[in-house]
Amino acid sequence: MILRRKRTAPAPRRPERAPAGKRRPAGGQRGASRFLGWLQEHPRAALASLGRLWRNPVAAAMTMAVIAIALALPGALWMLLKNAEAASEGWDTGARISVYLQPGLERSGVEATAEAVATVEGAQVVRRISADEALDEFRALAGFDRALDALERNPLPAVVVVEPAGADADTDALAELVQRLQAVDGVDRAQIDLEWVERLYALLDLIERGITLLALLLAAGVLLIVGNTIRLDVLNRRSEIEVVKLIGGTDAFIQRPFLYSGFWYGLGGGLLACLVLFTLGALLAGPSAELAAAYGSGFRLRGLSAAEAGLLLVGGGLLGLLGSRLAVGRHLKAIEPG
Amino acid sequence: MIRFDHVSKRYPGQQDALSDVSLHLPAGELAFLTGHSGAGKSTLLKLIAVIERVTRGSALIDNVNLATLRRGRVPWLRRQMGIVFQNHQLLYDRNVFDNVALPLVVAGYRSGELGRRVRAALDKVGLLERERAMPITLSGGEQQRVGIARAVVHRPKLLLADEPTGNLDPELSSEIMDLFVQFNQVGTTILIASHDIALIERFRYPVISLAGGRVVRNDVAGAERAP
Repeated sequence: MILRRKRTAPAPRRPERAPAGKRRPAGGQRGASRFLGWLQEHPRAALASLGRLWRNPVAAAMTMAVIAIALALPGALWMLLKNAEAASEGWDTGARISVYLQPGLERSGVEATAEAVATVEGAQVVRRISADEALDEFRALAGFDRALDALERNPLPAVVVVEPAGADADTDALAELVQRLQAVDGVDRAQIDLEWVERLYALLDLIERGITLLALLLAAGVLLIVGNTIRLDVLNRRSEIEVVKLIGGTDAFIQRPFLYSGFWYGLGGGLLACLVLFTLGALLAGPSAELAAAYGSGFRLRGLSAAEAGLLLVGGGLLGLLGSRLAVGRHLKAIEPG
Repeated sequence: MIRFDHVSKRYPGQQDALSDVSLHLPAGELAFLTGHSGAGKSTLLKLIAVIERVTRGSALIDNVNLATLRRGRVPWLRRQMGIVFQNHQLLYDRNVFDNVALPLVVAGYRSGELGRRVRAALDKVGLLERERAMPITLSGGEQQRVGIARAVVHRPKLLLADEPTGNLDPELSSEIMDLFVQFNQVGTTILIASHDIALIERFRYPVISLAGGRVVRNDVAGAERAP
């Protein structure tokens, strides 16, 4: 008897070997026809679940909107971060090192130290600032006229501004250069002027990590939203599920429309999220361009790219599918005719 | 087709719903299953449809041992049966055609063959012109005929009917019974659970009677009697 034959194919393929095949001589042909039927079943289930959503537009739209928000929030933060990174790009090239000489050094001492700095390997002196010049500059810039007048002597050291000789000095090379410069007699300390940029980058890294965690959290939220929606759907169609089980519907057959529903919810949510982010980008493009122009920067706000939009759609769809899978497997088992 | 040997069924925390039931319904037979409510008719049908599992004894359907049948194979066995319910169990969100087509859809038939078979089944029960109607707009007798069309559309070897005439007047009951007789004449094995004594006596088919979970009468030819 066919029933006892070892099962070799996964469950959904079973229509290939349905009972009629055994009773009729044309079993093979019929089996092929059944297999085509099984292939037809997928678009049928997909369309049927889509139609079901279409007939309950408000409920479906609300679920999708919640998913869209959960997807758009990390998406928007991600866009913001990428733009911040783009805007600050290049801020860490052209690093300069300020070499502060020991304060109170005589003029000859300053001269000798500056010469020594100039001979340090990898260093290229850009400019020398004497203590007096520094004081004048500070006075002009900061408006500390009177405060500075009150001082008995110039508190500022002489400075030699150095650039790394190689065009593409990396962070390690810069650090080594700083070490060498600090070893020179008469140098108080050498400081890279770009520490704040490094701090900014570190901050951006931190924010990126935070956004990733937030995105994971919200993805879990999407799973729960879809799972709960599908759970209610399964419970609402309990009697239908019982009848289909009695008629010989496999679990795979019964859960297929629910899986498609979850997929549509996720895809719809992803689509809405894309719309939100596109709109956001379009609304902010003008003002940000004006702002950049005011700073003499060519920076342009980068909106959602096609790849990112695709990622949102695929991600949304997969999350929906997964959420539905988690819910439907558990709840279908609980529904048995009886 | 159906062979029960010393089958008992006990629901958790209750007495035996069936005890030591042995019966044999050969392929091609039509038999009535009778008994008062609580006698075990429903339990017997549920065991055959693998809605419930046998507690003790051995039950074979078409040589398939129900005790060792894996859960994943149950749908496959059910596709070889047709079940007619007292309350029709139609799906009210789809029309008559789609209701009848369900067993074929489940078994993976293509649209062409599917349409032909559904129309053939509807023609058989005299509802061909109502295929686009919604079940709720049909009378009780018509709904039962839709249920029967759905139970036979995939040409099952075994047809189970649970009080198929329960809510119908005698004339409609006779019509429904005539349908079963026709299906039996083309070789379908049929077991009809009913307590409609008048109907059973009119049709003079073998009767299996249950009382208190035991077989008290068994007319089926060649059947082993319960001790």
